[in-house]
Amino acid sequence: MTALPAALRPLSYFWTVYRRTWMADLSTTFFTPLLYLASLGAGLGQLIGHGRPLPSLGGQTYLAFVAPALLAATAMQVALAQGTYEVWGARNFWSGAYRSMQASPISVGHIVSGHMLWVAVRVEIATALFLGVSSAFGTVRSPEALAALVVGPLVGLAFAAPIAAYSVTARHDQPFNLVFRLLMLPLFLFSGTFFPLSQLPSGLRWLAYLLPLWHGVELSRALYAGHFPVLAGLGHFAYLVGVAGAGLIVARSSYQRALAR
Amino acid sequence: MSGSGSQAGMLGSASGAAVPAPQVGPQLAQGPWLRRPLAFASRNFSVQVRAVPYVWASGLIEPFLYLLSIGIGIGHLVGRLPGPSGTLVPYATFVAPGLLATAAMNGAIYECTINIFAKLHWQKLYDAVVATPLSPADVAIAEVGFATFRCMLYAAVFLGAMAGFGDTRSWWALLCVPSATLTGAAFASAGFAASCYMRSWTDFDKIQLVAMPLFLFSATFYPLSELPRWAQLVVEALPLYQGVALCRQFALGYPSASALGHVAYLAVLSSAAGALSQRRVTKLLTP
Repeated sequence: MTALPAALRPLSYFWTVYRRTWMADLSTTFFTPLLYLASLGAGLGQLIGHGRPLPSLGGQTYLAFVAPALLAATAMQVALAQGTYEVWGARNFWSGAYRSMQASPISVGHIVSGHMLWVAVRVEIATALFLGVSSAFGTVRSPEALAALVVGPLVGLAFAAPIAAYSVTARHDQPFNLVFRLLMLPLFLFSGTFFPLSQLPSGLRWLAYLLPLWHGVELSRALYAGHFPVLAGLGHFAYLVGVAGAGLIVARSSYQRALAR
Repeated sequence: MSGSGSQAGMLGSASGAAVPAPQVGPQLAQGPWLRRPLAFASRNFSVQVRAVPYVWASGLIEPFLYLLSIGIGIGHLVGRLPGPSGTLVPYATFVAPGLLATAAMNGAIYECTINIFAKLHWQKLYDAVVATPLSPADVAIAEVGFATFRCMLYAAVFLGAMAGFGDTRSWWALLCVPSATLTGAAFASAGFAASCYMRSWTDFDKIQLVAMPLFLFSATFYPLSELPRWAQLVVEALPLYQGVALCRQFALGYPSASALGHVAYLAVLSSAAGALSQRRVTKLLTP
């Protein structure tokens, strides 16, 4: 352990905790996608086009249309839970882990990067499990889908970093309810996840274009289908990198202020 | 638990000896029994509603989001489906009552699982409460009652949203509110009972493991007829299915005798889980 660079020390802390609690995590990262896909495959997927490919869904079945979008949405969900309650807990409540880290040679910058790195690892675990489950349902049509392993953590950081900038300053956990209801739920429902964005009125459609989840959905959908449009793909990728990067910068300065108190 | 229980008892007798008892105590001890759980429910109201009203208000937006996404999105992909009477209804109209029952279940679980655990083990709130004239059974009644009240409120708003989106078919739809409230009561008492058996927060993911399949497989999103016969029998035995079936027949305006069976199922579940909650919480809080 002594050989670890300082930015990785927080990671080893979170890993130690996770090793003891990973069983509880499985329900959200493994069984939820499994059940969602099973339910869509058996029920709703059969109602839409009798389970056959539809031109309005880009020549895919409904199940194949939704599965890659759920990968991005799962990444968002895991990242938001980490970026809100876990950050707040580490700052204030459960463990007060940030305070312990501050009492050691670990700097505030290392705390931010270490925790966000951990969020990326958590999202990666969830993404890999989702990829495995969804390929078992036959929704993966190209080996390019493996690149979704990059998309998941990137979507995760684009959500976790900006929200962590807020969570570290929060005194109570009550406002996090608003994050889940007013941010996560609308994004989950209206980012082209369950139906093509073309069905939305143009005002709402432009709003969806602005928010990170849609870019993640488009990327992972293209990768699952194996038709990766290079220019648009790079655009989505750059957008997510930009949001994640800006989020990390904001989080860093927010952590500096909040943890100095 | 016995240690903290006896501590609460000591504090109670110490304050009784040192300072004159506040007026509210004897009144609560002597008044009609319902006043005691109501006193505790009013505490919940102050802490959860009056302190952070925006959190409560934000919960009212959820039905609109769900109904909108299905109305303008998924509904277009699905088209029409046969309702309970066999006549075809738009998909949004078919799904809305299912979402109403689900919202009642989720509201009850949200209010009556990890919250209960936190008050029991982290905040030690109930230890303080049983040092007053309130008994552990009063705590269980108050918490389940408060959660049920919340479900009723949300169900009323949900039904309003459904009517606004044109997803109700008759005045029978008004009975969706008591149906969803009963569904909420069943899950609130079950959630309370389960929380009393949990040992750590990591156990709460097991509740999600129960709630998630109920949400997805209780004929919420598609008619029971889509499933093979054996799966239909399984679904018909699920607690959320009772609420979904009740709300759907009322919202679409085709009440049938099967409603009595669904109501009986939910009433039995509420009472059994309620009795278990009272027993278990009394055991936990008695020194």
